[in-house]
Amino acid sequence: MAAMLSLINVRKTFNPGTINEKKALKGISLNLEEGDFVTVIGGNGSGKSTMLNAVAGVWPIDGGKIEIAGQDVTGLPDYRRASLIGRVFQDPMTGTAATMQIDENMALADKRGRSRGLGWGVTAEDRDRFREKLKLLDLGLDDRMTAKVGLLSGGQRQALTLLMATLRKPKVLLLDEHTAALDPKTAEKVLAATERVVNRDNLTTLMITHNMRDAITHGNRLIMMNEGHIILDIAGEEKKKLTVEDLLQKFSVASGEEFADDGALLG
Amino acid sequence: MNFAAYFGSLNPAGLLGRFPAGIAQGIIWGIMALGVYITFRLLDIADLTVDGTFTTGGAVTVMLILAGWNPWAAMLIALLAGIAAGAVTGLLHTILGIPAILAGILTQFALYSINLAIMGMKANQAISVDRFYLAVTSRNVPMAILVSGIVAVAVVALLYWYFGTEQGSAIRATGCNPEMSRAQGININTMKVIGLALSNGLVALAGGMMAQFQGFADINMGRGSIVIGLAAVIIGEVLGEAILGKHLNFAGRLLFVILGGVIYYMIVIIVLWLKLDSNMLKLFTAIIVAVFLAVPNLKAHRKNSFGRAARNAMAETSGKEEQ
Ligand SMILES: Nc1ncnc2c1ncn2[C@@H]1O[C@H](COP(=O)(O)OP(=O)(O)OP(=O)(O)O)[C@@H](O)[C@H]1O
Ligand SMILES: [Mg+2]
Repeated sequence: MAAMLSLINVRKTFNPGTINEKKALKGISLNLEEGDFVTVIGGNGSGKSTMLNAVAGVWPIDGGKIEIAGQDVTGLPDYRRASLIGRVFQDPMTGTAATMQIDENMALADKRGRSRGLGWGVTAEDRDRFREKLKLLDLGLDDRMTAKVGLLSGGQRQALTLLMATLRKPKVLLLDEHTAALDPKTAEKVLAATERVVNRDNLTTLMITHNMRDAITHGNRLIMMNEGHIILDIAGEEKKKLTVEDLLQKFSVASGEEFADDGALLG
Repeated sequence: MNFAAYFGSLNPAGLLGRFPAGIAQGIIWGIMALGVYITFRLLDIADLTVDGTFTTGGAVTVMLILAGWNPWAAMLIALLAGIAAGAVTGLLHTILGIPAILAGILTQFALYSINLAIMGMKANQAISVDRFYLAVTSRNVPMAILVSGIVAVAVVALLYWYFGTEQGSAIRATGCNPEMSRAQGININTMKVIGLALSNGLVALAGGMMAQFQGFADINMGRGSIVIGLAAVIIGEVLGEAILGKHLNFAGRLLFVILGGVIYYMIVIIVLWLKLDSNMLKLFTAIIVAVFLAVPNLKAHRKNSFGRAARNAMAETSGKEEQ
């Protein structure tokens, strides 16, 4: 079976040729089958976000190739590959338009990757469909469809962003620490909602987290990054048996250093 | 100064007499301000092109009418000229990566030469209502109010419709959150160019109407348009929010921008009537706009300032000492 997402020897260097030069991705290769839910861990600055941004097409990569559902997207800017990708960001402010209404935001996502013409932005039929989706979130947003998104809490905005990212089934769902800015209870809820939608729609997912326990309990595969490399890749039965201690142990063996991220030990 | 003589020289009837013409001109400035609203409020760009495009609109309209065109056809060409000018600013900004403010200044600067060329290298071109059919003229003020009022309402209706469409929503999203917009597959560069083009098209249309109303196009007629536009937008918003509060929807906002233009021009007329030096008008307008732009920031600052923190700390410690 062809991979849903493949990165082939992807390289990215920021600020090349300056004293700030940073080789963020040093030849990443990764294949995700359809329905793979991969959690991504690694220390600060190890290249996790850079890898997701490379897939999303935020900037061009320096070398290698990226394919989504068999389509070579290496040469496409983010807005031209958006039809294939759903994204939820770390900052709840990033994923939605604050001055626009909930239904308007959803309509924007509903048109993701399709041409936007002179048809009415949100139709009555759209609104009914969106209301049903919002009901499933169970955050009381279904009767606040015309409220400005800026009035919502961080957790509500993050849940809405998740809903928008999956409104049209994406080929790949990219989650970059999307619960890190939320309080533990809200984070739990958003994570549960993530698990539900990923399972329901059999979404191919990359989820970055700083919480090792979450990385172990969620998904069917776990990768660990260090200094622009993938240094661990654990799937299936082996992943199910994994403990946080195992991970720390494996990290020091694979990288030859102590895991330097205090945050990850909490959790 | 002799105050009695000064007040004696003011003629209340003269003030009232000037109001109707002021309303007509205010509505035309209001249409111009709708253009400014698109860039300033929806796209979050301060576009200085408009000072040039207002004149372009006037110049194109007057020259075409002098050449025997129907005024409405002339204004349509003026609108297209404005769209082109706005698109140039948009392309300078998006394709060449020049900061938006600077891109606007460059286009505006270039338009000075282009506007002169349109007017046959003359700084001023007069057009007499006695010899040409004009859509609006100061000779027939009630008619001018009616016509510019209809144009204004039609523009508001069109903008209300357009910014409710899929494409218009994408422009609003671009102004609000470019990162999210790209993630939703919106080409934000295209949206910025469309927004700037549309904005400057409206400004040029208003310039064409103003030139007809006053009976001439002048190379300097657009100077300060951006500030007048901002004044109208801000006056309209403050009024709209005070009167309608939460019920102020998008159409309401647009209508209040027109009203803001009218009120701005009423203030101008009163200043002129008071025989205050009209050369001071620009200083006066700038101060008003600066104050209104600053108010939201100052409000936030009052709640969240180091001075306040210091006072709170002082109050807490002195409170403890008393105990
Ligand atoms: N746009 C950019 N410009 C310059 N340098 C960047 C940029 N994005 C990332 N970097 C650098 O690339 C390296 C990898 O960053 P990245 O954001 O991918 O780390 P991360 O694994 O997501 O870390 P964190 O856990 O802190 O989010 C870092 O050294 C970072 O400073
Ligand atoms: Mg990161």
